[in-house]
Amino acid sequence: MGKMWLGGGRVIDPSQRIDEIANVLIQDGRIEAVGRDIQAPDDAQVIDVSGQVVAPGLIDVHVHFREPGKEDAETIGTGARSAAAGGFTSVCTMPNTTPVTDNPAAIGFALKQAEVAGAARVLPIGAITLGQEGKQLAEIGKLVDAGAVAISDDGHPVESSHMMRTALEYAQIFDIPVADHCEEPTLAKGGSMHEGVVSTRLGLKGIPSAAEEIMVARDVILAELTGGHVHLCHMSTRGSVDIIRRAKEHGIKVTAEVTPHHLVLTHDMCDGYDTNSKMNPPLREAEDVEALQEALKDGTIDMIATDHAPHHYEQKERDFAEAPFGIIGLETALPVMLADLVETGIVDLPSLILRMSTEPAKAFRIDGGTLRRGSPADVVVFDPKVKGKVDVTRFKSKSRNTPFGGREIMGRILRTIVAGRTVFDAGSE
Amino acid sequence: MNGLTSSAKPAGAGLSLGKDLLGLELLSREQIQLILDTAEPFKAVSERAIKKVPTLRGKTIVNLFYEASTRTRVSFEFAEKRLSADTVNIAASGSSVEKGENLVDTARNLEAMRIDMVVIRHPSSGAAKFLAERIPSNVINAGDGWHEHPTQALLDLLSIRDKLGSLEGVKVCICGDILHSRVARSNIWGLLKMGAEVGVCGPKSLLPRGVESLGAHVFSHIEEAIAWADVLNVLRLQLERMQGGYIPSLGEYNRVFGITEERLENAPKELVVLHPGPMNRGVEIDSKVADGPHSVILHQVTNGVAVRMAILYLLAGGTAERASLHGAKDEIGEVG
Repeated sequence: MGKMWLGGGRVIDPSQRIDEIANVLIQDGRIEAVGRDIQAPDDAQVIDVSGQVVAPGLIDVHVHFREPGKEDAETIGTGARSAAAGGFTSVCTMPNTTPVTDNPAAIGFALKQAEVAGAARVLPIGAITLGQEGKQLAEIGKLVDAGAVAISDDGHPVESSHMMRTALEYAQIFDIPVADHCEEPTLAKGGSMHEGVVSTRLGLKGIPSAAEEIMVARDVILAELTGGHVHLCHMSTRGSVDIIRRAKEHGIKVTAEVTPHHLVLTHDMCDGYDTNSKMNPPLREAEDVEALQEALKDGTIDMIATDHAPHHYEQKERDFAEAPFGIIGLETALPVMLADLVETGIVDLPSLILRMSTEPAKAFRIDGGTLRRGSPADVVVFDPKVKGKVDVTRFKSKSRNTPFGGREIMGRILRTIVAGRTVFDAGSE
Repeated sequence: MNGLTSSAKPAGAGLSLGKDLLGLELLSREQIQLILDTAEPFKAVSERAIKKVPTLRGKTIVNLFYEASTRTRVSFEFAEKRLSADTVNIAASGSSVEKGENLVDTARNLEAMRIDMVVIRHPSSGAAKFLAERIPSNVINAGDGWHEHPTQALLDLLSIRDKLGSLEGVKVCICGDILHSRVARSNIWGLLKMGAEVGVCGPKSLLPRGVESLGAHVFSHIEEAIAWADVLNVLRLQLERMQGGYIPSLGEYNRVFGITEERLENAPKELVVLHPGPMNRGVEIDSKVADGPHSVILHQVTNGVAVRMAILYLLAGGTAERASLHGAKDEIGEVG
């Protein structure tokens, strides 16, 4: 494998507190050097990135690629290419496929499909329980051996507190996080959006914030009991933020993610029964958005994850209560965050990279999220200032289910590099 | 009470309802006024020996009912037939719907047979809007989930106006299961727009979150509601609410929230009592009240046909002037 030299860009690497104009040299799929004085070797591919940002590739610990089972909505290949187009170099796939990714062969299949695609890295997450049924633990050791980076029953909450406790204890053997979709099922049952004034007006059954918060509190308590690492998926309420903040003050091993949509949208989006604004957890209220942004700033919430959840057009083309939960997010995450969080001054650009690359790598023990010498050459190059609008027809994803269609955004992903190889190049699109 | 206190001054010339009637939240006060005023001359049609006018002759209307309904479906059907429309009834059971056909495909197939209007009743909130956005026919919402039941609320409004002369300043309390009620939501919008005051009263477990933000006073004791109100609109308590864990028992509900003769006798003024039906006698309302002098329940049913005739007529392009200035007889015309 050859050499690549990215010259003159604004290099941002929160893992080394670097934010300066510098050159990056990649050799044999690894970062060779970062610095102002690094010159391009004669045999290197020279790329002028002046005026652009060079950062460690984005990492998304929460995506749903629908293979096997619903390949009409997304495959591992289209998902991995969608990720690359969004500046992501690694994504962690949730195991709620059909059949469920609860065995080493299924993990191997996902890795094989990702290899064929040759786009972003795909790091599978195994199921906590067989069939995600909450009854019997999956063979977690074998899942990890096959390549699983975490376990989760995402899509379903782990209902049984005993099962959650056991998972948190057992996963410590392998030093992996247990990622939980926090939802108290009896409170959430039948709900299709946030319980509040909008659900009251629309006549839709609501999911109260308490449904999430009760399970967040339970998981934190079980993490303390067991000493295990609980990772809380897609946090959406002010109350959850408060619980996590207190847990972290007590030194409990908890990490948490928030989606771009929960950071910028509210339940008002559901007005008119827009099924592209239906996801679980649901969009909540302005005070929740404010609390989530604050939590991202102060580190109470560690990272941004998209919960990329593709659905075929006809699945969303239904009345609201019948339509499935979930929206896609890989190709809108960075531009939406640049427009709504960075341009507005809520977080600075290095902090955004921290939350979209460095921290997710750290929490999931992924080799990445840094431009340190010797680390994998997973890099994103983007123009942070160009303005545009979300054009769903240009998505690499097979699906189009997003509430961000037509939204004013900032930034354009120009190049995504995985292991020294360009897997997305806007110039050749 | 002859229901013909006609104030039938035609409301705003040139005003229309648009393509569809989906809910009262979307209508202006003037549009609601237009429907109520247009209903007045249509009341007379049903009082004649030959209950038919040629207004919608040649129009095809489909009554698409995904939920069981007797009163609303029959009321629409009478309204359509008395306007001389051709009607087809489709019930979910026994149709292609039962074979898994989705709403869009059902609608497009009907559309391909060149229909003019669809009256839809569906268990999902937003279903009528969903349909209306996808077909060019006029769509009338005959009840969608917990969302809206605009024709029911309009006939409630008309019945209150008949009894009290006006809706302005009238205090109406909607009693019972507000959470799951499309009738309640449509009534709240309609009453507030017409200048009435609205209260809701029921167990807290059956009141939707933030209902006061819609503009309703909230009462948790029925005695307080009765002391406040001029009109009670008593909702049917669905029997499955007990299994759902919302209330302990029907007997307990009757004891705490039932509209009884004793409670009405203690009221500071004479109350008007409405009920959208079907009633659970002895649960939310006692027979003595339902059948007594306070009740306008059967008058509501009569008004239902007139209101639905008015809506069909207006959506088909009719105007209030033609309906009322010349009088139903001349302009709407008798079948010759």
